[in-house]
Amino acid sequence: MTTSRAERAGDPYDIAVLGAGPAGLSAAVTAAAQGSRTVLIDAGARPGGQYWRHRDGDDGALHHDWSQFRRLQRESAAHPLLDRRFGHSIWHVERTEEGFTVHSTCDDEPRAVRSRTVIVATGAYDRQLPFPGWTTPGVFTAGAVQALLKGQGVLAGKRVAVAGTGPFLLPVAAGLAEAGATVVGVFEAGLPTAFGRHPVAVLRNLPKLAEGADYLSTLLKHRVPYRTRTTVVAAHGTDNVTGATVARLDDQWRIVPGSAREIDCDTVAVGYGFTPQTEIPLQLGCEMALDADGSLVARVDSRQRGTADGVYVAGEACGVGGAQLSMVEGELAGLHASYATNGSRVDRRRLARLLRRRAAQRSFAAAMHQAYPVPDGWQSWLDEDTLVCRCEEVTAGTVRAAVGDLGASDPRAVKLYARPGMGLCQGRVCGYATACLVARADDRRPTADDLRGMAARPVAQPLTLGALAAGSDDNSA
Amino acid sequence: MTHPSPRPDVLVIGAGIVGAACAYYCTAAGLRVAVVERGAIGSGTTSACEGNILVSDKEPGPELDLALLSSRLWQEIAEDLGRSAIEYEAKGGVVVAGSRETAEGLRHLTARQRTAGVDAVDIGADELFELEPNVTREAVGGAFYGQDAQVQPTLAAARLLRRARLRGATVHVGTGVTGFVRDKRGAVTGVRTDSADVPVLHARWVVNAAGTWAGQLSELAGAPVPVLPRKGFVLVTEPLPRVVRHKVYTAEYVANVASSDAGLETSVVVEGTRGGTVLIGASRERVGFDRRMSLPVLRKLAAQAIGLFPFLADISLLRGYLGFRPYCPDHLPVIGPDPRAPGLLHACGHEGAGIGLAGATGHLLAQQLSGEKPDLDLTPFRPDRFEEATP
Amino acid sequence: MTTAPFSFIFTFDGEPVRALSGQSVAAALIASGRRSWRHTRTEGRPRGVFCGIGVCFDCLVTINGRPNHRACLVEARPGDTVTTQEGTGHDDLAC
Repeated sequence: MTTSRAERAGDPYDIAVLGAGPAGLSAAVTAAAQGSRTVLIDAGARPGGQYWRHRDGDDGALHHDWSQFRRLQRESAAHPLLDRRFGHSIWHVERTEEGFTVHSTCDDEPRAVRSRTVIVATGAYDRQLPFPGWTTPGVFTAGAVQALLKGQGVLAGKRVAVAGTGPFLLPVAAGLAEAGATVVGVFEAGLPTAFGRHPVAVLRNLPKLAEGADYLSTLLKHRVPYRTRTTVVAAHGTDNVTGATVARLDDQWRIVPGSAREIDCDTVAVGYGFTPQTEIPLQLGCEMALDADGSLVARVDSRQRGTADGVYVAGEACGVGGAQLSMVEGELAGLHASYATNGSRVDRRRLARLLRRRAAQRSFAAAMHQAYPVPDGWQSWLDEDTLVCRCEEVTAGTVRAAVGDLGASDPRAVKLYARPGMGLCQGRVCGYATACLVARADDRRPTADDLRGMAARPVAQPLTLGALAAGSDDNSA
Repeated sequence: MTHPSPRPDVLVIGAGIVGAACAYYCTAAGLRVAVVERGAIGSGTTSACEGNILVSDKEPGPELDLALLSSRLWQEIAEDLGRSAIEYEAKGGVVVAGSRETAEGLRHLTARQRTAGVDAVDIGADELFELEPNVTREAVGGAFYGQDAQVQPTLAAARLLRRARLRGATVHVGTGVTGFVRDKRGAVTGVRTDSADVPVLHARWVVNAAGTWAGQLSELAGAPVPVLPRKGFVLVTEPLPRVVRHKVYTAEYVANVASSDAGLETSVVVEGTRGGTVLIGASRERVGFDRRMSLPVLRKLAAQAIGLFPFLADISLLRGYLGFRPYCPDHLPVIGPDPRAPGLLHACGHEGAGIGLAGATGHLLAQQLSGEKPDLDLTPFRPDRFEEATP
Repeated sequence: MTTAPFSFIFTFDGEPVRALSGQSVAAALIASGRRSWRHTRTEGRPRGVFCGIGVCFDCLVTINGRPNHRACLVEARPGDTVTTQEGTGHDDLAC
């Protein structure tokens, strides 16, 4: 392996940035500019993460903030102190005497990278709630539909119902409509007018609102119905989606009696907010917290430091707040981690500006989370035989029996007795729903501990036993 | 929610497999039982092991006697609770010898085990490959143990306690014990807890079944038993069809189980589960309660597993978990009344054999508490034996 | 770095499927009108893409004889032999 200026033979990198989405790209570019020998690692084949998921030769027409991506992409590719490793799937980050060893696999081969500090920028994925029929092929996460369109140039279906909650449903529906799909409706389970209660947060973030208005006008142009307090409560079909049931919801998300109606569609795209990817902070023993949207997030201080030494966290992993906030947090993490490893000075005015922007973005995010809550009424949509865990095919009835009959008092216990979260995705998809179902039996909402019981993954990605046994240390050559 | 019930006869501390078995047998004997558990049922070491019910890994002696009794009792439990309800599988164990010398040593062990009542059959390479078609062709033979079995340990603990509850037991989960209540004569009459609902729980007898934390608890009671943590990793593969038929391990495992060496030992144990995953286990480190994952240990386990079953090289590791096995310096459990603290009994220190030995432990303890003569002499397991040992 | 996309053929259960260079196996299969390429190991239910970003492991497929590839992450290559994955995909190892 060749040695770059960033990689000094035998020495660990100053900083390993884990994840090359908005937060990670921003952190890596900042750190290298501050003189830190930096390595940027991502499982994807190219930078951008989920937000800027793109194809080779992509003109950015489907993307927001594309010029920012182009700049970060250019700077990250060109900087001599920044190495980039794509296609590296991180399965474990180990604390060592000198700092950290980041273990990954690339084409099934083991890779290991050593660094003094890490910046965790692992992002988030769509949060899901189970409902009857959600395992039928043709039901996708909203993010999947978006990834197929932006990353692959493929429409997920012809007649699409977009359902769930949160502002992300709008760009998904608008993208589909612009690309030629018939969007039969956007079914927003919440009532986002509550957003108006936070005028300050809103005023400080006018560009985001303009973005939302853009999407709404696209939907209007394509005559896409937008319904609030309404969602898809069942998908129909066995081998393929043949339709869906849409119903009105009350403020607790219970179905309004008599409001259910069948709609004709071949595709359902659903998302109920986002779940941050927190396995690395959990592996490293960072303290976690429950965010306003009910997600488990890594606790960070004003410098984006996690509670474990040498660990910085930026972007969704410390609180879902969108790409702009992620970039600000990434920049802050890059500055502070550089100062900690090589003493590079930080311009005070730049810091003050970043902190102001972070505060504004975070208050906007908090207002969003308040405007799009996920109350427990969705649990009444489930039949006893609705799958909760897709991997291990564990039904809602089995989960409830583990609580009621076997005495499981927390989600981890349910996982141990009944196997939800024991499959290949390790509870990424069913963790939140399982925690809600268990907590509900106790008449409460999930706590950080509940979620942690479904989110701890010492082996974050599968790797072959052969790759594990072989081991590797790339930068000790 | 449960306070109006009369004072129980027995208060069991710990809802792991051993505490659950104590509650199961004590309620069966007609005793009134309460269980107090700081976490969830089966959430400690019970949730971090492989569910082994083994006689094969033990030398003749008191632990093997306990294991043989327990092996019979687990069959009864499985009939009572339903085999599939606890994923009980009388699959048998296969010990693999990699060299002629090892095979020879193993034959000496099986001969001695047979005299103690173990069903152990020496097998050659051909018989081995018939029993385990995917095992390495480098193996020269080994032994087959028909009595070795397996359960899903957390499910077994939950089901044992479910039955105990149906017989009137109460279970207080999420309730940690903070101290012991004693009467004027110094007898233990209950515990204090960190729960506002049940700040004090009284009972005629208190059973320390706190697993790896039983040592700390015994100090709280002023009757210390030296139970220490031995860290062990288990690797879990992606789901597979049936690829490993028995519990399969290398002959070296038997040497490690009985070892007192500090530091790391691995000798691999491989077995399938009803869930489809294959479990790869048995690293042993004495490093206190250190929860960190140790990559060298994982690598070594993986390499040894591949050595035993070469196909595993291309199979994915899905998860890994670690647990703390509760061990005593003489590698025997502590079972029975503590003469230093009347009213207190111990049921702990089962090291890596807690699931297997739980049946007999619960049964013997229930016999003791209901005034019967225990089926086995409890003298080798008495709680105050360690004081005599120290000069 | 950027090359003009070209199209090519791989096979799925013996039938030709057209893909564009850089496209994932899942995207090419969906573009060809297919929705599922796996049956679950317990209930035998059909599955295809769900999350589309490598998180959910629902889109597992056998490629060139090796099971458990996440079709949403793996780029299709000319001449690939893609087959429906049954259960664990490892029935050949059963004994």
